[in-house]
Order: sequence, then structure tokens, then C-alpha cells
Amino acid sequence: MRNVLKHLSSKDKRGAWIAFVMLAIVLLVLPFFTDALFGRGWVRIMDFALLYIMLALGLNIVVGYAGLLDLGYIAFFAVGAYCYALLGSPQLGLHLPFWIVLPLGALLACIFGVLLGAPTLRLRGDYLAIVTLGFGEIIRIFLNNLNAPINITNGPQGISMIDPIRFGEFSLGKTHELFGLTFPSVHLHYYLFLLFTLLVIFISLRLEDSRIGRAWMAIREDEVAAEAMGINTRNIKLLAFAMGATFGGLAGGLFAGFQGFVSPESFGLTESITVLCMVVLGGMGNISGVLLGGILLVVLPEALRHGSGPAQQLLFGKTLIDPESLRMLLFGLALITVMLWRPAGLWPSNQRRRELVAENDAAHL
Amino acid sequence: MTTPTEFDVNLLELSGVAKRFGGLSALSDISLHIRRGEIYGLIGPNGAGKTTLFNILTGLYQSDSGRFTFNNTEYSGRCKPHVLAQAGIARTFQNIRLFANMTALENVMIGRHLRTSSGIWGALARTATARAEEHAIVQRARTLLSYVGIDRPHQTLAKNLSYGEQRRLEIARALATDPKLLALDEPAAGMNATETESLKELLLSIRASGITVLLIEHDVKFILGLCDRVAVLDYGKKIAEDVPEKIRCNPAVITAYLGTEPIVPAQAEIQS
Repeated sequence: MRNVLKHLSSKDKRGAWIAFVMLAIVLLVLPFFTDALFGRGWVRIMDFALLYIMLALGLNIVVGYAGLLDLGYIAFFAVGAYCYALLGSPQLGLHLPFWIVLPLGALLACIFGVLLGAPTLRLRGDYLAIVTLGFGEIIRIFLNNLNAPINITNGPQGISMIDPIRFGEFSLGKTHELFGLTFPSVHLHYYLFLLFTLLVIFISLRLEDSRIGRAWMAIREDEVAAEAMGINTRNIKLLAFAMGATFGGLAGGLFAGFQGFVSPESFGLTESITVLCMVVLGGMGNISGVLLGGILLVVLPEALRHGSGPAQQLLFGKTLIDPESLRMLLFGLALITVMLWRPAGLWPSNQRRRELVAENDAAHL
Repeated sequence: MTTPTEFDVNLLELSGVAKRFGGLSALSDISLHIRRGEIYGLIGPNGAGKTTLFNILTGLYQSDSGRFTFNNTEYSGRCKPHVLAQAGIARTFQNIRLFANMTALENVMIGRHLRTSSGIWGALARTATARAEEHAIVQRARTLLSYVGIDRPHQTLAKNLSYGEQRRLEIARALATDPKLLALDEPAAGMNATETESLKELLLSIRASGITVLLIEHDVKFILGLCDRVAVLDYGKKIAEDVPEKIRCNPAVITAYLGTEPIVPAQAEIQS
């Protein structure tokens, strides 16, 4: 993505446009292609991959740019999802439209980001990680227990029958016929999520290359020096928490509308860790890396689930190990291998790349 | 024009500043004033409290008592580093604290942060104001890099610069904040004779541009040849403050650096 954008600004305009148009076409036909080749379940997996990418990009602002290790990030996803679920379901009898509920969820998550960020401002490293982990759990436990004395969240049973995302009469929950093509619900969600993902990428790119982005990186590099250079570290850190949480809340709202059901167990520590894995595995602070990490970490476990059974049949003539238990084993192995092989992530940030170039230059001298 | 009063002449005034770490008194009853436009030296043996004083001046530590006035405004009590940076105190660190994985140019650009204002909206919409400001930041950073004499490509990572260049980059970063007082913590440490000489020229040129310089240094020759006035700290107390020529022969300073004369009677006994 970054390269495409860079090409666009470079002098080689024609080649860049061709690359851009080709990428756009690929992204547009991808759901139909996947549907025909692998089945509709895979389009659904792609939808989830896009949601996770949004989450990972949000966490990338906090962890990748500002260097604040947040282990409770999924809480903001939960806030966005529950905001949507409560305001658009029979649970409270409210059926507010999607275009009000989604921004509201993002805003609420943003406020929670500041609220949870404020007490942690003086903490660094491991201590910050522990406190954010605690905050993440507090939100989940609250959602789990807010069914008594007044039933707000319906407790562990979760909220079901959430309104689908709807633009006027056009509901994304149904199959539509457009331009002589059949668009099932998962395809429509794919396009919507793609749009939001592109928006999040755009915002991340712009922030990275700005006065604010530089201040985040300075704090990550050396907080004391950043302070001494006149950066108001309190405000800049809170801004990182707020921006990250906003993206989380946005993804949460979309998730609730897509899934039609939310329950506290979707927002456990494992989810926080998964999103963090995407950022670290892909390459902290680099948008392309985070995209790659997000796609890999959603697709790989699914591919292992679907692939390991048939592969065993082929090799041994029978299924020796249950694919369901094998897949997490292989997944863990893959993660460890990648981290040993490329400690900076699969696609490290620009700074890392520049560092390598500079070292090569030094070697030539 | 009225004649400048004591109030206007002094850029920085400390009176009775003290700092304790538990039972250790790092600074006690420090009073000094730095005049506008001078190069003021701060020397003393290791552990005398020089860096502690620096940290109080730049807000990293809070003084326990005493008054601290800078540019006619009082900053005693709790004061954040970024507030003091805003007021016009910029510093470098004894053990270089650059943003190691950022480029030389970006390091200096960070220094412009507090004199610029574009926020989230400016970044997202790339408004004309934000773009103009960004352009000005880059221009200023480039000017400062060549001013301090870093002629490497500006995209070189800070950590890949030579030691002397890193020291200069720190000065450029501090200058980018448009300081009134530039506080340098051992800028010549580890430099060779040539580097020290060009650093001296740089500091004189900075002073000529109207910036007051406060200097901690161990190289006594360097400091005596450069400073207008020098204060000497020992065990957290100011033991002398004078022009360099007089500091050189101040008995208290000699005692602090070299110790007292050996006990004579013992030697006399051995001889007899």
C-alpha cells in the first residue's frame, strides 16, 4: 500500500497508475474469486481479516508509533461492539441507525482510551503492560456482570438479534442483485470493511508523517529527551491512546453489525494478544507490515484447520491428529519460527530499513 | 531607554536552591545568577551536583526549596520539563540522548515541535498551513544541521553519526527550540583536540547570536579559556564564583580538586 502511494507521488506516474488500478481491480473481484474457488466461508474469513487489520492498525499507533505496550487493547473493540449492540437491538428496545451508532461507538471508545490512558501515563514498559492488561479484563468482567440488578448487557449470554448495518432501505444483512450480479451479505460487508480499512490506513499514513507522528516516535525512542525538547508527553501519549481506541471502537461497531451477536467471551485476553501478535509479527510501526501480519494471523489458522485434515489423509491415508488441535500447535510453531528468523517482524518499519541501508553505505566507505 | 536594572540583566537567578535524595544532600543552598549573553561555566569534582543542578533547571527534578527565576518569571516548585523548554531553556545530556533510530534531520525537527502548532486535523487534511509549517520545519532543521557543521547526508540515522557529530547534533536539536539559555552537559567529553577547538568556535558563534550558554565541563583548560564567569561546586555547595583567572588561583577550588597538603609532622618524624 505504501509503495503504491509512494509510486503515485513519484515521477513515474503512468506505471504507478497501472499498479494502482490493478490493485483496485484485484481488491474488488477478490470476494467473487474466493467465493468461486474456496467457498463462501472464506469470504467471511476475509471480512474478519479486515476487521482484525483495522484493530491491528489502531494498536500500531499505540504500540508501534508511541511505543506504549498495551495488553488490554481489545477492551476498546468491546466498547465499540457493545455500544452498537445496545443501541441497535431489542435488548434496550433502541434501534438507532447505523450512521449514528458507529461514530458514537468510536467516540465512546476514544473517551475510554483517554480514561484508561490517563492513570498509566507515568508507567513504562512492563508496568504499563500489566496495568493495561488489568483494564482490559475489567471491561470484559463488567460486560459479563452487568445483567444484575438491572439487565444492561445480558451478562454472559450476550446480546443477539443486533440490527444489520443498513443504509436507508439497503440492508447489508440480505443478498442483493446489482448490475446483474448477486451480492451476498458477506460480499457487501467485505466492501464496507475494505472502505473503512482504507480510511484507517489513510489516517495512519498521514499521522505517521506529521508533527504528531514525529512526537510519538520521539517518545518511543527516548521519553526523557522528548520531554526535555519541549514535547508535552502527557498530551501526546493520551492522543495516541485516544486514536488507537477510536479505531478499535470503529472495528467493534462493524463487528457487532456484521456478526449480529456479541458476548463478553469475544473480548478476552487471547484476542488482545492476537492483535498484538499481528503488530509485532508484521513489523511494529510499519503499516504494510501490520497489514501482512493481520492477514497472515487470520488466514493461517483457518488454512491449517481446513488443510491439515486432507494433508494427513494424503500422507498417511488417515487422520492421525485432530486438525482442530493440530492447527494451534502448528500456528504457535510458525510464530516462533518467524520471530527467530526475523526478530524485527516480517516487514520491518522504514527506520529499520534505513538503518540497514546506512550500514551498507558505511561498509562501502 | 532606561538603563538595564539587575532584574533585566540576569537571565537566570537561583537563590537558596536545595535538593536531597533521601539522606544524601545533593545540593544545598545554591545561589547564582547568569547574565544575558554570557558563557557561564559550572565545574566541580565528580559527584559535586552539577548534573543535579542541570536537571532542576530543566525540570527533570524538582528542587526541595529555594527560588528559581528565569527570564523574569518564577519557576520554583513543580514545573514540567516541557514548560521550561517552552520558556527557553534547552539542554544536552552528559551521556548523549539522541533519538538514535531517527535520522539526523528528524532529530532536529523534533526540536521544532514546541515552536509549531499543527495538530491532528492539520496532519489528516494536510491543510495549506500545515504544509507550510512542515516545510519551514525542514528548512530550519537543515540550516541548523549545517550551522553546527554536520555535512553528512541528513538522512543518516543519529546512531550512525560519529561521536563528535552526535554531540553537535544534540546541540542542533537544542538550538531548534529557539532557546534563550542553552545548557550543555559536558559537550567536550571524549572529543579530541581538533573537535574541542571547533566546538569552542561553535559556542562562541552561538553566544554571538544572542543565546546565553551554560556549560558543565571537566576540561578546565577548555572552560577557563571560554567562559566569562565560572562557578565551582563541591559536595553540593557553591564554593566559588568568579572570572576564570581568579578561579584558577582560588584556594578553596584548589583544595576541592587536589586535596589539602599532606600531614607534615608525620613526615618530619620519618626524616628525623
